Amino acid sequence: MALFNKQNKEVFASPLNLNNPIMVQVLGICSALAITSQLKPAIVMGLAVTIITAFSNVIISLIRKTIPTRIRIIVQLVVVAALVTIVSQILKAFAYDVSVQLSVYVGLIITNCILMGRLEAFAMMNKPWPSFLDGLGNGLGYAIILVVVGTVRELFGRGSLLGFQIIPDSFYSAGYVNNGMMTMPAMALILLGCVIWVHRSFFYKEEK
Amino acid sequence: MEHLISLFFRSIFVDNMIFAFFLGMCSFLAVSKNVKTSLGLGAAVTFVLVVTVPVDYLLQTKVLDPLGLSYLSFILFIAVIAGIVQIVEMVVEKYTPALYDALGIFLPLIAVNCAIMGASLFMQQRINLDPNNTQYIGSVWDSIVYAFGSGLGWMLAIVSMGAIRERLQYSDVPKPLQGLGITFILVGLMAMAMMCFSGLKI
Repeated sequence: MALFNKQNKEVFASPLNLNNPIMVQVLGICSALAITSQLKPAIVMGLAVTIITAFSNVIISLIRKTIPTRIRIIVQLVVVAALVTIVSQILKAFAYDVSVQLSVYVGLIITNCILMGRLEAFAMMNKPWPSFLDGLGNGLGYAIILVVVGTVRELFGRGSLLGFQIIPDSFYSAGYVNNGMMTMPAMALILLGCVIWVHRSFFYKEEK
Repeated sequence: MEHLISLFFRSIFVDNMIFAFFLGMCSFLAVSKNVKTSLGLGAAVTFVLVVTVPVDYLLQTKVLDPLGLSYLSFILFIAVIAGIVQIVEMVVEKYTPALYDALGIFLPLIAVNCAIMGASLFMQQRINLDPNNTQYIGSVWDSIVYAFGSGLGWMLAIVSMGAIRERLQYSDVPKPLQGLGITFILVGLMAMAMMCFSGLKI
């Protein structure tokens, strides 16, 4: 089937691992760190970014031949801003508590470098379908990191996952204490540094 | 007046753009390789913040709120930021070519810097706060002071990072941790140090 030939598969799969937007391309760090103190907002944010990246890639790819190069940044920003506004209104209507937790970071998806990076590097030069896959892949690659960091921070910082208590009460009565440091912003940076460390030490040896 | 001073210091140290909210991390990581370029980018960000935040404040309070259109704020803010960055770039190029050369390619990049958009969005949230709160922004002056303080805080962060990374070149870092990894851990340690300012009150 032409929809999933080898090249398209590559486009979709490479950002999940070897070309991960956060770990390798260093894009979209800001929001990745700020909203990962719990798992639920991390998942919602990952999904929102995936949807917005995929659809903005398609839209820009459809109109790529009519955009004058001089003002392309503003055109891209407006397309992205419109999509973000829609997502933010949907979140406010159906998941109000999460949208309060995410606060300004929903709006900051507009300036998320993953979006601009993919629009500039991929959607401006490719057909809509590969662009859609590229957006989906990059969004999911971003979401994976959010979920990993979010899981570690919520598990050790609050002893729960998605709001349910995981660490049993007997641990607490035996003297176990939640690591309050994990919920602080500083720990997100150090954790992400460690995730990058582990990733590089596993995947970069084979290439040499 | 007291409120302005307290807001100013709070936005530099406690609500630091980088260490507390991680705004503008992308360019922070990419550009903080030495002190000189860090200074240039820091100055450019401060400058654009001081221009855009008051404009966005006026738009929010005088146009969007009375008309009940605040859901359009994302599109409007980003258009204002992109437009102002373009104008600032042209004006700086025409009247102070020396500054233009110093800022170089950073000016156009600032349009997509999350710190600029983030400051406008935080400002939008803070309009609704209680006036006794030190974070409250209730006038154009408040918004200018807030923007200037945030810009200085960002500049402080990137310049100190640039200085540390200059020294880091001579140290022996484990191979997989080199570059990005160690930078993240460093920023984390710096953020921990900045936490001692929380609760600061003037």
